[in-house]
Amino acid sequence: MFIRSSAAIAAAILLSSPALLQGASAAEKPTDPQIAHIAYTAGVIDINAAKQAQKKAKNKDVKAFADDMLRDHEVVNKQALALVKKLNVTPEDNDTSRALSKQASDKLAELDKLSGAAFDKAYVANEVAYHKTVNGALETQLIPSAGNAELKSLLQTGLKIFQGHQQHAEHVAAELK
Amino acid sequence: MKPGRLASIALAVVLLSIVVPARAATIQITMENLVVSPAETSAKVGDTIEWINKDVFAHTATAKNGDFDVMLPAKKSATSVLRKAGTVDYYCRYHPNMKATLKVEP
Repeated sequence: MFIRSSAAIAAAILLSSPALLQGASAAEKPTDPQIAHIAYTAGVIDINAAKQAQKKAKNKDVKAFADDMLRDHEVVNKQALALVKKLNVTPEDNDTSRALSKQASDKLAELDKLSGAAFDKAYVANEVAYHKTVNGALETQLIPSAGNAELKSLLQTGLKIFQGHQQHAEHVAAELK
Repeated sequence: MKPGRLASIALAVVLLSIVVPARAATIQITMENLVVSPAETSAKVGDTIEWINKDVFAHTATAKNGDFDVMLPAKKSATSVLRKAGTVDYYCRYHPNMKATLKVEP
């Protein structure tokens, strides 16, 4: 029960507002191998969401947005893989990564039941929320915790591009209304 | 020298300056770390814009008014010659928060 509770806490933190992540950062500082794993996992999640959207989305702006997500997150993850190889770091699985993956697979299943405009709306709304959460985690937890300068710099580039994604998603969401 | 001859030379000089305009310039606009710089560029009709993408991400330089839409794959450059005067706001279609302005004088 104690072991499970730490995963539950991680999940609760990730599901809640970025402000709460700030509180968590002081208590638990992830290591570089864990940060690399979290960042890569977060990328894979959005890639999978984009692939689902490419198949299911109807609206052309939503389709274009999904194409953008796939293109950018694949580039960032490729950079991340090249960096961990160069630094000889093995990404380490952790509660935050596991909580992220669990939440994401639940979301994929939930969205899979939707179609047409309902899917488009739900996908974009989730993209807004997801990028908000990930950006909050990057800003308050992952970037300040990163020890290696190159890893920190890649995370900063990631944050910049994902902030753009969030704005883009918000714009598409507003257009769908 | 006869005055008539002088006049024709003067006329030739005037005509030459009309036929051969000031040399067209090449102006560089760079996209790096998801920022377009300079954010505002002034150029003249006939000038060439060299778009330089230093990012690992693909970008576009897309005019809001439809004047141009330049594809810039990661770490690639492209050029376009300005044919029309006016102030053009442009952005990246993939990263719409990348915005800048190009002022083209006649």
